[in-house]
Amino acid sequence: MTKAVEIRSVSKVFNLGRPNAVEALVDVDLVIEPGEFVSLIGPSGCGKSTQLRLIANLLEPTTGEVLVNGKPAHRARLDQDYGMAFQQAGLFEWRNVARNIELPLELKGWGKDRRRARALEMLALVKLPEFASHYPWQLSGGMQQRVAIARALAAHPPLLLMDEPFGALDEMTREHMQDELLRICGETSTTVVFVTHSIPEAVYLSTKVVVMSPRPGRIIDVVDVDLGARRGVETREATAFFRKVTEVREALRGIPAAHREPAVEAE
Amino acid sequence: MFGLSLALVAILWELYKWLGPEDGGTVMGWRILPRAEDRAMPHVWDMLRRYAEPERPGSSGTILAVVARGAWLSLRLALAGFVMGATVGLALAVVMARFRVVERGLLPYLVVSQTVPLIALAPLVVSWGGRLQVGGFEWPRWLSAAVLGAFLAFFPVAVGTLKGLTSVPRSSLELMDSYAASWGQTLFKLRFPAAVPYMAPALRLAATASVIGVVVAEISTGLSGGVGRLIIEYARAATSDPAKVYTAVFGAAALGLLMAGMVSVIDAVMMRNRPREALE
Repeated sequence: MTKAVEIRSVSKVFNLGRPNAVEALVDVDLVIEPGEFVSLIGPSGCGKSTQLRLIANLLEPTTGEVLVNGKPAHRARLDQDYGMAFQQAGLFEWRNVARNIELPLELKGWGKDRRRARALEMLALVKLPEFASHYPWQLSGGMQQRVAIARALAAHPPLLLMDEPFGALDEMTREHMQDELLRICGETSTTVVFVTHSIPEAVYLSTKVVVMSPRPGRIIDVVDVDLGARRGVETREATAFFRKVTEVREALRGIPAAHREPAVEAE
Repeated sequence: MFGLSLALVAILWELYKWLGPEDGGTVMGWRILPRAEDRAMPHVWDMLRRYAEPERPGSSGTILAVVARGAWLSLRLALAGFVMGATVGLALAVVMARFRVVERGLLPYLVVSQTVPLIALAPLVVSWGGRLQVGGFEWPRWLSAAVLGAFLAFFPVAVGTLKGLTSVPRSSLELMDSYAASWGQTLFKLRFPAAVPYMAPALRLAATASVIGVVVAEISTGLSGGVGRLIIEYARAATSDPAKVYTAVFGAAALGLLMAGMVSVIDAVMMRNRPREALE
């Protein structure tokens, strides 16, 4: 089966060969299977956003290669094999909600009726069916993020790349949006790569948490999260959830797996 | 609101005429207050009455008709200048946004161009235009005035649009990149719409600048029939017929307002459905 993402010995140096050169990523290897939800977590400057942009082919690796859907990342970008969402919803204020969602379809050359039908379908998916002709500034921050997710998934890409999409939302909205994201990705069976600096968020959402260290950015651990496919309020209060949060936190502090708090049996 | 402020200005004018010193106020030989006598400051009603009278004793038609005809000619010239200037300004902005090298090389010259006095440039444009002959095309005299209007109008449009085109958030550009959008698609679907709030005030400046350009050009190229020429002609009669000058001056002012009003309409159409803060 083709991997969703394959990162093979990738390094990234900004301003290569100049005095202000910065090593952003060193020797990163990562394989993401289709259907996985993978979070990249680490302090700022650890290169998690850089890694996301390498997958998106918004940046080229200095060494190594990135494959998306088994193709070079460049090809995958041209084929619109992924959708992307940022911390700022980044909706175009001159377009109403439906036309914002239609943007990627327009660029793909879809006809008007087909575009509109898909936009309405996506609005139903993110539970904003009555807001098609509203303008972005008439929506709350959480609603704008839903529209941004609808836009990212409008062309039904198999992969969704998200760069701290809920970072600007308040805690209540944020938890609600996390549940919505899990539901949407479950319904559309989308693979997700999710950049965050919130440990509970990473654990709650992911099947796999990739822990990174700063300067130069490298992967120090990959924590598998087996909390099951169905997650909800009970998950957030479960002991298993807290154990995983602790595990990720210790990994972030650089404590090797063998020396961490004893986990499973200590009920 | 506009009518009210106009009335207020008229009242202040008359109030000063009534209270102000006939010979002006002088301090140590410097005249700091304008003279309030009738030749320097005619009564508002004299100016209005002057509109109903003929241009010269014995000539047919009221001065209102003459000024209106002049303003109409100047309006068409200013419109032509505005359209030319806006087009050139937009094109320059796009080229500068596309190639940073062009921006660094060209922008200083654009700034310098605006420091050249229009009066110095006017005869040059007329003589260049006169020498220009492409096929059967002959440079009409009015085109020089329109070109000078365009010369003042293009600058705010070029600078404002450039600012708008390049102030797009990075994440929006990344979004377009992630869709593998071409530069042209990014220009029309992202950069231009995002530049609209910057272009609206730039176009308003360009509209009034094109009027000034045309009025000054009429005066310095000797193009007759426009409102700029009327101001000069009537100014010669200022001592004997002071109200006459003001009829032409108000004509030019009305012209500027008309152009600004027209652009406001364009502005309102472009800015519909935008967040309210952006409208301020």
